[in-house]
Amino acid sequence: MPAIIEVKNISKSYTRDSFAIPVLNDITLDIEEGEFFCLMGPSGSGKTTLLNLIAGIDKPTSGNIFIKDTDITLLNESSLAKWRASNIGFVFQFYNLIPVLTAYENIELPLMLTHLSKAEKKQHVEAALNVVGLTDRMFHYPKQLSGGQEQRVAIARAIVTDPLILVADEPTGDLDKNSAAEILILLDRLNKEFKKTILMVTHDPHAAEKASKIRHLDKGDLI
Amino acid sequence: MKILKLIFKNAFRHKLRSFLTILGIAIAVIAFGVLRTVVTAWYVGVEATAANRLVTRQAVSFIFPLPYTYRDKIQQVPGVSQVTFASWFQGVYIDKNQFFARFSCDAETMFDVYPEFLLSKKELETFKREQNSCVVGEDIAKQYKLKIGDVMPIEGDIYPGKWEFVIRGIYRPRDKTTDATQMLFHWNYVNERMKKETPERAGDVGWYIVKIKDPSKSGIISKQIDDLFKNSNAETKTESERAFAQSFLASTSAIITAMNILSFVIIGIILLVLGNTMIMSARERTREYAVMKTIGFSGSHLIGLIMGESLVISIIGGALGLTLTFPLIKGLEQVIPKGFFPVFEIEPITIVLAAIAALSIGVLSSLSPIQRALKMKIVEGFRFVG
Repeated sequence: MPAIIEVKNISKSYTRDSFAIPVLNDITLDIEEGEFFCLMGPSGSGKTTLLNLIAGIDKPTSGNIFIKDTDITLLNESSLAKWRASNIGFVFQFYNLIPVLTAYENIELPLMLTHLSKAEKKQHVEAALNVVGLTDRMFHYPKQLSGGQEQRVAIARAIVTDPLILVADEPTGDLDKNSAAEILILLDRLNKEFKKTILMVTHDPHAAEKASKIRHLDKGDLI
Repeated sequence: MKILKLIFKNAFRHKLRSFLTILGIAIAVIAFGVLRTVVTAWYVGVEATAANRLVTRQAVSFIFPLPYTYRDKIQQVPGVSQVTFASWFQGVYIDKNQFFARFSCDAETMFDVYPEFLLSKKELETFKREQNSCVVGEDIAKQYKLKIGDVMPIEGDIYPGKWEFVIRGIYRPRDKTTDATQMLFHWNYVNERMKKETPERAGDVGWYIVKIKDPSKSGIISKQIDDLFKNSNAETKTESERAFAQSFLASTSAIITAMNILSFVIIGIILLVLGNTMIMSARERTREYAVMKTIGFSGSHLIGLIMGESLVISIIGGALGLTLTFPLIKGLEQVIPKGFFPVFEIEPITIVLAAIAALSIGVLSSLSPIQRALKMKIVEGFRFVG
């Protein structure tokens, strides 16, 4: 399978009080299309930073990232926003749903940036809700849902635009064992059944078991 | 879901906070509207002045009278078409709280010089004919339920004694700036009694109103009139009616200026209140803005969301305030003595200013949270702990 994500010699450092703190050191990595790729490592190893760089929500200090032949490090903020809208689906550890919106409206949120008709949007949202098994909860607000259900809504929001890549940052980190298992089954299904390329960051070995490939980061170096 | 729905949902996320902010804006708009209306009402007298009328008064002070004999001399000045006069009578009608302007005037010429006081020909003729008659403005007639033939007893103070005037005319204002709260009666009637009771005060008039043919020559004519009485016992000061009305306001200019400033200070304060609300709201939503940016929402989307939310609050507050201002002004009009502000109503310009103020507050108060949201890096937004 061809590489959908090509990370070439990426370095990232932050500046704190005039000190440069290196986070990633010359990382080179390929992720194939349809792969369920897992990045593991202890806290502070740089795994979330690498995920953010690949997802185009942060910029590297040096190096290039090609997603399907597009070098996203060369895109400006506005182009990057458009690129993310159509190529990347995000799943966060703390779900990050908008509390004043229902499950349906949260899932519909990324579709506000598209030119789809109302009927088409409805179709997309209902399809996403169906995939995550929350059709009966579509009019519930986040506070009326359990943690696992909230995360499933977040996954539905991530897949509703049918993105190229799904990135998940500790998607089970805030869930109990059963809910975490459900989420992992769902991600696995998205990968196998819907052929989604998934890049997941976790420090949980159980979560990583679902991945087709696992790489470790330690102190900014890919092992 | 439309962006507008999201804006409304965000605007009323904290219902109590939004309600209090809206209430604050509404109160500010009401206060602004009332203050501007008072200021406008204060200036109505100036607005109602005519360019072709001059006022000649005693040079030292308005309170000192002028001799009746000046009338003919003023009439001779080139460019003068008609001269009339009036005296401030004051007195008490019913009780001291019933304030409205009461003048003795030259019945023959008064309504010629003041065409904005509309009186029927029949009423005018009767008024001119009967020495103890009077004419009252429509508003006064309505307020005191007066009709033609009623007698208005006045307890004199500047002109002591008991006076009775029979209403022979009720004048209507030509337009809304015309004062319809005056009471006018014969100077001759008052003067005849003064001749008997205090002869030293007989033959005095308060001021002359000089109608001129060409308003552009008001300066020259004023000088010519004043030159006539130079070095006399009663030197005159002649000025345009507008300048005369403004000189009345000069003594209260500090209050008017304070009211003007205050009306804008109120807007400034409410700007800070809404600004604070918006900053708090935006701060609480830092992570949400990070999520939205991550999903692909651009800077312009965030500007629309934040400014929209601020505008929703300010527009609702402004509309509520304006809606409540009308009945409040009506209520105040009933409470304030009719003669104090002859015209007391909210002007279209006040509505426009209040609406502009509400919109400006909405836009300005969103600038800081917008700047913050735009500058925020996504990764920093996710790390934010509110």
